[in-house]
Amino acid sequence: MATAELLSFEEALAKYEPVLGFEVHVELSTKTKMFSAAPNAFGGAPNTFVAPVDLGLPGSLPVVNEQAVRYSISLGLALGCSIAETSRFHRKNYFYPDLAKNYQISQYDEPIAFDGEVEVELDDGTVYRIPIERAHMEEDAGKLTHVGGATGRIQGAEYSLVDYNRAGVPLVEIVTRPIYGAAERAPELARAYVATIRDIVRSLGVSDARMERGNLRCDANVSLRPHGAEKLGTRTETKNVNSLRSVERAVRYEIQRQAAILDAGGTIVQETRHWHEDTGTTSAGRPKSDADDYRYFPEPDLLPVVPSRELIAELRAALPESPTVFRRRLETEYGFTESEFRDLINANLLVELEQTVGAGAAPAQARKWWLGEILRIANSRGVEAGTLISPLHVSELIALVETGQLTDRLGRQVLEGVIAGEGSPDEVVKARGLAVVSDDSALLAAIDEALATQPDVLAKIRDGKVQAAGAVIGAVMKAMRGQADAARVRELVLERATSVG
Amino acid sequence: MPDPTAITAEQVQHLADLARIALTPEEIEHLAVELGSIVDNVRKVTEVATPDVPATSHPIPLQNVYRPDVIGEILTNEQALSGAPDADDGRFRVSAILGEEQ
Repeated sequence: MATAELLSFEEALAKYEPVLGFEVHVELSTKTKMFSAAPNAFGGAPNTFVAPVDLGLPGSLPVVNEQAVRYSISLGLALGCSIAETSRFHRKNYFYPDLAKNYQISQYDEPIAFDGEVEVELDDGTVYRIPIERAHMEEDAGKLTHVGGATGRIQGAEYSLVDYNRAGVPLVEIVTRPIYGAAERAPELARAYVATIRDIVRSLGVSDARMERGNLRCDANVSLRPHGAEKLGTRTETKNVNSLRSVERAVRYEIQRQAAILDAGGTIVQETRHWHEDTGTTSAGRPKSDADDYRYFPEPDLLPVVPSRELIAELRAALPESPTVFRRRLETEYGFTESEFRDLINANLLVELEQTVGAGAAPAQARKWWLGEILRIANSRGVEAGTLISPLHVSELIALVETGQLTDRLGRQVLEGVIAGEGSPDEVVKARGLAVVSDDSALLAAIDEALATQPDVLAKIRDGKVQAAGAVIGAVMKAMRGQADAARVRELVLERATSVG
Repeated sequence: MPDPTAITAEQVQHLADLARIALTPEEIEHLAVELGSIVDNVRKVTEVATPDVPATSHPIPLQNVYRPDVIGEILTNEQALSGAPDADDGRFRVSAILGEEQ
């Protein structure tokens, strides 16, 4: 594969206006598939989450998953869309073994949701309004493994192996209208848009939205036109962009690649492009088919979806605050910096943080525990931090530390106990006997013992060398096996120095 | 007599390619006439259908037929692969495809 000519990003932007468009596929986290009662689950042995419908076996008939419809409507509402009074499924016909039926059940001219708008905020606070054309329901395809090719890619493969576990998993495809005016911020906006969609579906709880697992996938459309031109340039659609960073890089790359072609007097081919994470480049895929070639027609095995006004009202009332509004509110209330906030968002812990604060913890403490010890344990186990412990328990734990009943170190032990299912923080403290020794007489006995072995310390303190107390504090903490409040020990040592002798 | 020029041989060939069906020139010629007359018949229906007749994609006037989101009966891996012409490692084995994911 020849390396494409690239124009520098600055020069490309000086000459052309980029126009963006996105198709984001969101896998819904229903228990079962879109049209069958097979489990919608990740990581099973191949072809063990399949029902006859998922294999397109003769005589099998699809039936719509009600929860998937509810999730789709909620998502449509969160995207500011109108919900269709009548919505219908269509067959999108194509021959490829990732679906066994030779068609994908999708939606064509009657999508469940249309005409929305999403506010996207860049890191510096600049807000773009992204117009949403539609959000429609469809089914995911199976997973192919190409065998025999030199690189595991389709070129040169001798045969392919198909796993239909993912076939039929409910998807919502969110399609934007053309996005103008991003100029040099186009790559950044691309990343922020996908991040916003991820935050929205997470706050709704309709998808796990883990890009590395393909729960959320982005196809990025890019075209260029000379400044001042009315007519849109020919676009390319870059697929397989499965991290936020890749979205940003892919858009930047396509702008530079297309600009070099246009600059040399060439023309852009309308095609799909494949993103290669390793090289940070795109390569040509197939020419983009016309919608006509998919021969869409109404799915005769399914009936129209006609959501009642009551259902829409119910789902609208249950919508959470939008992530942008939620974030702004927390930012004002908690006084965190941008980067502190981004850490929480990236760890998907904003909701947990808010609930922990709601249960009485100070925001800074809540942030420290969630992003510190809890996230560390979560990462080491490869799970989401929010699944380890409840916000209420975190707030109780923080209260124990703040009131001096636990040191940070003991707090971490209590945390381990709570995560291990030993009960609430209070229960773990009692069961493990972890409370700080707050009985001054016990502390004083330990202090006197330590002073006896280091007789010069008191004299040093009286001479103004307060830091000499450190050695005694260390010895006392060791004697108490950490179950003492170091600040209190220090107070007592200093008192001893002034009252004795 | 329907106008056989309504559907061209090229259109039939394109459809055949999309449907992965190999057609002889005779079959293409024949189908162009057949499809032309089908299109012509549909045209007649649209002449009769006035704007107050809603588009119908299903003959039975039902809507909102749903299934609760509850896991039901599924196939074992052996059952799933029992009708496969070829299988390997629990998966369907298919010939290398000269196409791409959609």
